[in-house]
Amino acid sequence: MQLGRSGAIFLRQLYLLRGSPARIVPLFGWVAIDIVLWGFITRYLNSVARSGFNFVPAILGAVLMWDFFSRVMQGVTTAFFEDVWSRNFLNIFATPLSIWEYLLGLVFSSIFTSSFGLMVMLVLATAVFDLSFFGYGLVLIPFLLILFAFGIALGIVASALVLRLGPAAEWFVWPIPALISPFVGVFYPLSTLPLWMQAFAHVLPPSYVFESMRSIVAGRAGSPAGLLPGASLVIVYIAGACLIFASVYRRAVRTGLIARYSAESIN
Amino acid sequence: MASDLSNVLSVAKLTKRYQDTLAVDGIAFHVARNEIVGLLGPNGAGKTTTINMILGVLEPTSGTVLIQGLDLAKHRAEALQHTNFAAVYAPLPGNLTVRQNLRFFGLIYGVAHLEDRIEHLIREFDLERFRDTKCGVLSSGEQTRAGLAKAMLNSPDLLLLDEPTASLDPAIAREVRAKIREFASQTKAGVLWTSHNMYEVQEVCDRVLFLSHGHILLEGDPKTLPGEHGKETLEELFITVAREPLELSQT
Repeated sequence: MQLGRSGAIFLRQLYLLRGSPARIVPLFGWVAIDIVLWGFITRYLNSVARSGFNFVPAILGAVLMWDFFSRVMQGVTTAFFEDVWSRNFLNIFATPLSIWEYLLGLVFSSIFTSSFGLMVMLVLATAVFDLSFFGYGLVLIPFLLILFAFGIALGIVASALVLRLGPAAEWFVWPIPALISPFVGVFYPLSTLPLWMQAFAHVLPPSYVFESMRSIVAGRAGSPAGLLPGASLVIVYIAGACLIFASVYRRAVRTGLIARYSAESIN
Repeated sequence: MASDLSNVLSVAKLTKRYQDTLAVDGIAFHVARNEIVGLLGPNGAGKTTTINMILGVLEPTSGTVLIQGLDLAKHRAEALQHTNFAAVYAPLPGNLTVRQNLRFFGLIYGVAHLEDRIEHLIREFDLERFRDTKCGVLSSGEQTRAGLAKAMLNSPDLLLLDEPTASLDPAIAREVRAKIREFASQTKAGVLWTSHNMYEVQEVCDRVLFLSHGHILLEGDPKTLPGEHGKETLEELFITVAREPLELSQT
């Protein structure tokens, strides 16, 4: 594994971002809109709720973390799509670059782009809506790490899906976070869900993050131990995602799809 | 297959089958150092399939590819470190400038003194004016030159060129041919070259392989091969390979 090769993928992403509003604005535009929208919703809920419950950390904090996860996932897929859009597979995979170095390069790109989005969200949520993000305490670090790792895993799987099914499958990728969000209880406790949905929730790492976050908001101490199942699961997801991508890549090399990717299918 | 280090490329029993179609059928050939070998044949003969297998982007059904004595199947990264290619159907990403593309690929190939190498190649391929121009807005000839600069980045021991002069005007094409001849003679590199321009092949290649229906039908010196098969020119021989390969396989 040569980090310089992964660095090249990251550098390419920086080149593309530089001077490209079409790439820069989405890094913070949608998440900023989300924070503003949910910021006002939480303010309104605070004003009408008689219980005195503060919706800002419960809902706006959840939105922020979920958007962070989405940006991480899209950070991976967007960097991958750059090779799809520029029909660069033949050039890039006919080099000494290994798929592990390639995937690491996508992860580097995602760290950069998602950090940018996270900072914008933090500034907005803190300055405008008084979200005390660090009020969650040190447990915030595993929260973000689990969501980051799950975003990376899903980004890699989504990239594998597009590599397998062709460029048009890109449209399967964008709704993935929306598809998952009802199951992981971003806005409500898992006990709200019917049992069959809870079964799914228990194998999705973000569920543990949002349950733990709600415990803290409710005044109970945040316990890192409660996050252990989520942390263990996310390691399995990362490993599984890498294996899926490797398997799809090997198939594409066997069938010749890498060299004729625009055909979408060799058969 | 024993590795012969006088050859930069040794291909043995290389086969690619797509379900019922046999695209490449057990071919064997080599490219020696300082040698330019022309891989010729009609469309669909298996040239690009062969090149893709040598580049590691297409897995052979069977057979071996040795680059600098390294088995591509077992030592992919090391073998491809010694290889590079340019193909008319694989332009550099159009959304990066010439210099950005060269830096990107240079980092992937781990080129030493990369900035100096990039500047040298930019001068060598007459790309100074386009250094900071996005490849997508270059003319097809300029894109070809940028692709050739990328192909030379790592000073490859094995250079694969798939119709490298197809988009170039005759004057530039002649310059490019001269550069590649110089590259092959002054370094330890070997070149595998495909082209449909038989004049070019005769001028550049030391040896040619005629591929038809996935088989190597003929092999020899492009200057003497037509006469050996009762043909006036290499082009005439090519047309015979394309239309009546059986006639040649029986001679």
